[in-house]
Amino acid sequence: MSAIQFDDVSLRFAGGARPAVNRVTCQVNSGEIVVILGPSGCGKTTLLKMVNRLYEPTAGNIFLDGSNIRQLKATKLRQQIGYVIQQSGLFPHMTVADNVAVVPKLLGWPKPQIQARIDELLDLVKLSPGEFRDRYPAQLSGGQQQRVGIARALAGNPAIMLMDEPFGAIDAITRTALQDEILRLQGQLKKTVLFVSHDVEEALRLADRILIMRLGEVVQFDTPFNLLTRPADEFVHTLLGADDMVRQLGLLRVGAAMMALPPNYSNGHNPTLSHLDSLRDALSLILKTGAPALTVLEGGNPVGLLTLDHIRESAVNGR
Amino acid sequence: MSYLLSNPGDVLTLLLQHLRMTGIALGIAIALAVPLALLVSRLRWLAVPVLGGLGVLYTIPSLALIIFLVPLFGLNATSVIVAMVLYTQVILVRNLTVGLAGINSAVLEAARGMGMSVAQRWWRVQVPLVLPVFLAGVRIAAIVAIAIATIGAKFNAGGLGKLLFDGIQTNRYDKIVAGAIAVAVLALVINGLLLALEHYTQPQRRLKHE
Repeated sequence: MSAIQFDDVSLRFAGGARPAVNRVTCQVNSGEIVVILGPSGCGKTTLLKMVNRLYEPTAGNIFLDGSNIRQLKATKLRQQIGYVIQQSGLFPHMTVADNVAVVPKLLGWPKPQIQARIDELLDLVKLSPGEFRDRYPAQLSGGQQQRVGIARALAGNPAIMLMDEPFGAIDAITRTALQDEILRLQGQLKKTVLFVSHDVEEALRLADRILIMRLGEVVQFDTPFNLLTRPADEFVHTLLGADDMVRQLGLLRVGAAMMALPPNYSNGHNPTLSHLDSLRDALSLILKTGAPALTVLEGGNPVGLLTLDHIRESAVNGR
Repeated sequence: MSYLLSNPGDVLTLLLQHLRMTGIALGIAIALAVPLALLVSRLRWLAVPVLGGLGVLYTIPSLALIIFLVPLFGLNATSVIVAMVLYTQVILVRNLTVGLAGINSAVLEAARGMGMSVAQRWWRVQVPLVLPVFLAGVRIAAIVAIAIATIGAKFNAGGLGKLLFDGIQTNRYDKIVAGAIAVAVLALVINGLLLALEHYTQPQRRLKHE
């Protein structure tokens, strides 16, 4: 059963010339990261906010795990959904610990459990509890604030996370670090994540699937690789920059392109990389070191070789 | 100074009268200003007429305003208290509306999105965030009220102003000085206490300054 199901959902704001969201039908599977991508005003945030009923659809229904969200009390529903917003929205008068404790308190957890949960979550987002527990949001950097924002959203242990351009106002280096963090957390926690972004690179990095929207409608909903190689129309093609071959290489794993280790393999001088790295990383490493071949490692052991020819082959096949 | 020391009982009685007037007036003023400010925050179009009207009221000299009120409430403390309430409205309502409008909308959205009810959002988020701003308004209102209460002596309301006016009429400079010092000290002490309370209600700022 899909975790989130949009069934012919529309929302027309009073006085709006066209619906902000128009007849969206799609399903988000349990445990996947879906990035909603599109230009500003395309309805992506509106679509997201209908899931926790910050907006109510004017037509259609939304189901979480098969049950219609209209049947739940809005506050109860929201307590079960993690919500991260752009400027973190941390409560300035509460310490980091109190911010994280908000939803567990609303849920009526016993005190010792809440305290333990705070430490657990701060550890999870790499903020040492001893150092950060009693700080106020104003004493944190933007990146740290957003880590607390993520910890706070995870506090009630929701199955679903809604993230509304969470890294939009954060510098590029910190943003990349936080994106890595999301991927690492997702590996551990397997949440169902709906993530709004207008940043193509971010969408390609994070998404299992990308929902592309324009003028309130879904244009295409597919994996990053399929979107790049088979864009539905010119809009998707241009939005994703599908002609950018290096971008495509970023989505292909070394493991899928390498050749098996030859039997007489003995050369320990090749630069090495992981089978999980992208071909873009591989290309960069070849250009940087000038080496003719790279040794691919899996769990620290060599499992294959990769040359420029393999990369070229993959790029051609992908196209 | 010597008058203060030689007549502590009289001065204390006047001080208590002064405090009583100020306290009653502030209590009524706050009770009126809070709902009014909430109404203005909800219905934005009310902001201009309400704050404008209260602002105009504030420009009327206090002596003149109390004289207007005497036919309605009599020559006593009531007229003075009503004047104090009217004067402090503009300060209290403006501070509270500005404070409420100044709460970051992302914070309010987060509160809603995390599943807080309207009451929880009000008590756990809006009240603590607006309290320091509101208390700053109360502090200024208190000083204004203390000043107006001084004039109250002219209208049979008692208070420390009595020392001043008696002193002027009987050419007793020691009384004038005593009255002036007492009012000034009262204003400074009340200001200091409310400032400390204001400081206490914003832990996040307190830490930032350390």
